Amino acid sequence: MTTEYVVQVEDLRKSYGAFTAVDGVTFDIRRGETFALLGPNGAGKSTTIEILEGYRDRTSGEVSVLGTDPGRGGLDWKAKLGIVLQSTGESGNVTVREQLAHFARFYPNPRDVDEVIAAVGLEEKQKTLIRKLSGGQRRRVDVALGIIGRPELLFLDEPTTGFDPEARRQFWELIRSLKAEGTSILLTTHYLDEAAQLGDRAGVIAGGRMVDIGAIDEIGGADARIPVVRWIENGVLREERTTTPGALVARLGEPDGLEVVRPSLEDIYLELVGEAGLAAAATDTVIEGAAL
Amino acid sequence: MNTLTLGASRVGYEVKTYFRQGDSVFFTFLFPVVMLSIFSVAFSESSFGPPGDEISAAAFYLPGMLAAGILLSGLQNLGVDIAMEKSDGTLKRFAGTPLPVVSYFIGKMGQVLVTGLMQAALLILVASVLFGVELPADPEKWLTFAWVFLLGVTTSAVLGIAVSGLPRSGKSATAVIIPIALVLQFISGVYLQFSMLPEWLQQVASVFPLKWMAQGMRSVFLPEAFEVLEQGESWNLAGVAIVCGIWLVVGLVLTRLTFRWIRKDS
Ligand SMILES: Nc1ncnc2c1ncn2[C@@H]1O[C@H](COP(=O)(O)OP(=O)(O)OP(=O)(O)O)[C@@H](O)[C@H]1O
Ligand SMILES: [Mg+2]
Repeated sequence: MTTEYVVQVEDLRKSYGAFTAVDGVTFDIRRGETFALLGPNGAGKSTTIEILEGYRDRTSGEVSVLGTDPGRGGLDWKAKLGIVLQSTGESGNVTVREQLAHFARFYPNPRDVDEVIAAVGLEEKQKTLIRKLSGGQRRRVDVALGIIGRPELLFLDEPTTGFDPEARRQFWELIRSLKAEGTSILLTTHYLDEAAQLGDRAGVIAGGRMVDIGAIDEIGGADARIPVVRWIENGVLREERTTTPGALVARLGEPDGLEVVRPSLEDIYLELVGEAGLAAAATDTVIEGAAL
Repeated sequence: MNTLTLGASRVGYEVKTYFRQGDSVFFTFLFPVVMLSIFSVAFSESSFGPPGDEISAAAFYLPGMLAAGILLSGLQNLGVDIAMEKSDGTLKRFAGTPLPVVSYFIGKMGQVLVTGLMQAALLILVASVLFGVELPADPEKWLTFAWVFLLGVTTSAVLGIAVSGLPRSGKSATAVIIPIALVLQFISGVYLQFSMLPEWLQQVASVFPLKWMAQGMRSVFLPEAFEVLEQGESWNLAGVAIVCGIWLVVGLVLTRLTFRWIRKDS
């Protein structure tokens, strides 16, 4: 079991005082899999990730990362992890190359420093002090430091924040090559195209609860993927969901503004999160009602 | 990689970043040299010490500045530096790597030792070349210098690590730690002649290690005739060793008990 799953989370809860940030989350990540954890701001993604990384204590629930309880992970355990935190802010008085060469020494079997610098596209900046880099370039250093130790399991908490579109494509290539080597990855991102490109499975969390979980091309259910046909009729926008858009379009002929849309992961995600928001609002009302 | 070799590589990294940080170079590395120069120039017409054995201001202030340098390079520098690293995420990043805490400490201690030694050498050089201070010829004096310096700098560094947990944030680090260092310097005979302080203040200062480091340094650099000015009319090197040794142990225990890479849940 422990070799098949690199991460196992069972009914994880985390409270900050009276506030419950993570409220009974359950998921697994298989070896070699890329799992995308999606959700709006404040959903509890970073809290969950940092519990798995050993940075935060959990309030309750079972967690196993590479067969170890993260609250008790030793140096050998950390040597197998790669961590890219959501935010970092070191003073950066070393050059990119110095920093990577230095961190490489912490690990038993590190990657080649030149290769890593090339993989994040910082060849031209390798002799520049980190504090003199732009925001997106500093973020690439964070990613480079996350992979320098040749991790078995890589945690990426919004790794591409501040990346330009080209850097993001390059980052996707990097992640694909890591996947090809068998690296398991837990990724959070607000770019749904990124999740669709990289993820094998995804979990959507909102308000600390897992709203849905499944393969990236199945999440939200088959119904959520039914194409939508839109057109304008008598000046009014009409839309219809249908599994046979061709037949519908043939019947409509040539109306204004005709389009056939297959819901993207982003559309499905927004629907899921919207439903979760409605459900939460409904329970809030019930609670308020009860209080009266 | 074992803990020691990693520690050694940390020393190189720490020394490099120390000198790239402009403010640490000025406020901890050059500060005692600047103060020595100011005192030497300001009091260049005065002489210090018992009649017949008068010495120049530079000679008089050199031991105190050496002791201050030990305090600044260790306690002040590390106290602020580590508090900053705690708040800017440096330590959080280390916490997620297999870097042993002990290697990190070796790096910090090494940084203090290397920069402290360079600072002491610079002070002695400036005193003797620019201000004509006569240095002791007796090798035994230099032996005393060596152990007082090493014990002092180690104690000061360990205490620096221990106090780095006091400030609640990196921003408040200088505001919390510099006053501690400053008060110690004023009551321990660095800027003010120790024998001129009231008896009770001398007693208070004697609890802390800086007074003893300064005293040890005076025993090396001041003429014999100055010994009668000390508490108990003796250099009391045993006292230097004992008080610094106790603080070293206190610092180690505090560090062991309180140091964490991060405050969980923050
Ligand atoms: N140290 C803390 N103390 C108190 N509350 C916290 C703490 N850290 C996080 N929270 C709260 O927990 C909730 C979840 O935060 P978390 O950082 O996990 O969100 P997230 O899903 O990562 O959001 P984002 O997409 O903005 O990064 C938020 O409401 C946040 O305010
Ligand atoms: Mg987050």
